[in-house]
Amino acid sequence: MDQILQHALNGVVLGGTYALLGIGLTLIFGIMRVVNFTHGELYAFGAYLAYLFVALLHLDFFLSIALAALAGFALGALIELVLLRPLRSNDIDTVMLVMIGAWIALQNGEQFVWGGVAKLVPSPFAQEPLVIGPVSVAPLRLFVLGATLVLLVGFYWLIDRTRLGMAMRATFQDRDTAALMGIDVRGIYTLTFALGSALAAIAGALLGPIFLVNPTMGNLVGLKAFAIVILGGLGNITGATIGGFVLALVEEFGAGYLSSEYRDAFGFLVIIAVLALRPQGFFARKARVG
Amino acid sequence: MIKHLWMTALAALFAVATAQAQETIKIGVNEPLTGAVAASGTYVTNGARIGAEVVNARGGVLGKKIELVIEDNKSNPKEAVDAAEKLILRDKVPVMIGAWSSTFTLAVMPKLVEYGVPLIVETSSSGKITVSGNPWVFRISPTSEMEAVAFLEKLDTFNPPIKKVDFLSVNNDFGRGAAAEFAKALASKGIKIGVTETMTPEATDLSAQLASIKKSDGDALFVTTGVEQVTLVIKQAAEQRLTQRIITTGGAFPDQMIANAGPAGMASYHILFFSPWSADKAKYPDVAKVYVDEWNKKKWEFAGLTEGFRGYDAVMTAVEAIKIAGKAEPDAIRQALWKTKLHGVNGDIAFIKQGPEGKESGQSVPNVYIVMLKEGKVTQP
Repeated sequence: MDQILQHALNGVVLGGTYALLGIGLTLIFGIMRVVNFTHGELYAFGAYLAYLFVALLHLDFFLSIALAALAGFALGALIELVLLRPLRSNDIDTVMLVMIGAWIALQNGEQFVWGGVAKLVPSPFAQEPLVIGPVSVAPLRLFVLGATLVLLVGFYWLIDRTRLGMAMRATFQDRDTAALMGIDVRGIYTLTFALGSALAAIAGALLGPIFLVNPTMGNLVGLKAFAIVILGGLGNITGATIGGFVLALVEEFGAGYLSSEYRDAFGFLVIIAVLALRPQGFFARKARVG
Repeated sequence: MIKHLWMTALAALFAVATAQAQETIKIGVNEPLTGAVAASGTYVTNGARIGAEVVNARGGVLGKKIELVIEDNKSNPKEAVDAAEKLILRDKVPVMIGAWSSTFTLAVMPKLVEYGVPLIVETSSSGKITVSGNPWVFRISPTSEMEAVAFLEKLDTFNPPIKKVDFLSVNNDFGRGAAAEFAKALASKGIKIGVTETMTPEATDLSAQLASIKKSDGDALFVTTGVEQVTLVIKQAAEQRLTQRIITTGGAFPDQMIANAGPAGMASYHILFFSPWSADKAKYPDVAKVYVDEWNKKKWEFAGLTEGFRGYDAVMTAVEAIKIAGKAEPDAIRQALWKTKLHGVNGDIAFIKQGPEGKESGQSVPNVYIVMLKEGKVTQP
């Protein structure tokens, strides 16, 4: 029983960051119909900035995470303006190839700047774990879980309750009608990509101090973000949130009770099952893409 | 006229380039400089660089300077094969050093037979490497079996004594091989074997494995993987309050945990093949001193010395073999390696025969040290 609780806690902590990654990716796909291969690189970018600010410039830890998110927002906006805006009228495959190119360029850029050796980001939290009954958790992980939950709630509020969120939803439903209603669709695109990128960067800045930071850290994470999006249904934010937690719990319990050797495989087996049985994902209606 | 001048200039340049190429003896270095095990590969390569500088400062070998041709195998066996082919076919190196992980080395080995170029294996520990009948392989690092047997002699440094052990290994030839050999050796001393968990080389969240290990009532956990995962395991084991003493094998040392120490009271043990914290206790302190001094002169990470010596010793071994061979040709170097004897940073380097008769591989018998890391301080228990 103790072990079940420990696995559940581990899974929930991990699930929060998976949800952040999934939401960013699904938002970009839902609104812009862009398959964003740079998502994992924005995650690595955020983690490296956390390293730069905390370990090299000795800035405050919390300020550093906020700065990493802002920088992620700016880089996302830049990618949208320079690469995606000129390609708006091109088909989904062309855009996909350009994004794969951007992914490779970003990853090699990180390697060029930081070298291949993994970095450790120091955190101000105590190293001693908090012991709650039969389970224990590092204070840093609890902070990450808290920060993720605040971000998730804030994001739902933005999408659901603000005029901006309404404009984004309108663009998602019907771009042409939204434009006719006076919504600046081009601005919404830039903002969407920047917001999604900021979420990936902040996930990287939060997880960087828990794990290690290296140039290829985005690869597996990017792949998992895609898995989460498929699980929840393309473009479905609630689906991505739940998908993130489901994937983390499946991985955690699969590794704990079946075999740790195939930890990453369990998540993807679930994806295969979803694609075979309910290809549109858990929470989305069927739609045609491309 | 101008065209003529250009042609002359080009020809002159070409002549200079070839002349320079002839003046050096190339040694190929095939190491992971990026990817999952980049830290170790970078340390080994830096050690090799120092080795080359020291040799060249002493006048080189056979009257020529040595030149390292360094290729990044990207922590990937397929890339390791590509790197080896590039070194052999394009750079025409007569001898190579590599390829860190047993998985990379095993992938490269058929190419050695195909092209006939010797490889000095500096890190890989899988037993398979020297018993598969590949006469082009010469290993200066210990096999997991040698390491396990050497560890048995140090068992009494652990108090309370080790009674039951668990294993957490990277899921490849290196990790699985070490877990099997240590289990065999420890069982021969009547020590019980608990759970064995594995992880993929890229895995960063090891909480599930550690939760399973926690419920075992073992008193020591053997961890076999690269520096990056060793660091993650120790950090996450502290988070999950593991009671087992952590002992890492294979020579990986979590250097970043000196500046970013784990929780108070937590200690980890590391089986190393060179301990820079007690370099004066190495078998040949004068040899170790040259290496350590050169490394520190470059202001490289001090703890990187624990793995860097592998590259240094490998270069020294290659150079000694070239000197004995009297020429920089692959087969002559291979034959000379059997006669090569030198004082390395680790200790004596000389090759014994392993594997099927007629196509034996060379294996040296290195020394093993144990250090304890506690609250950012390193001591020899």
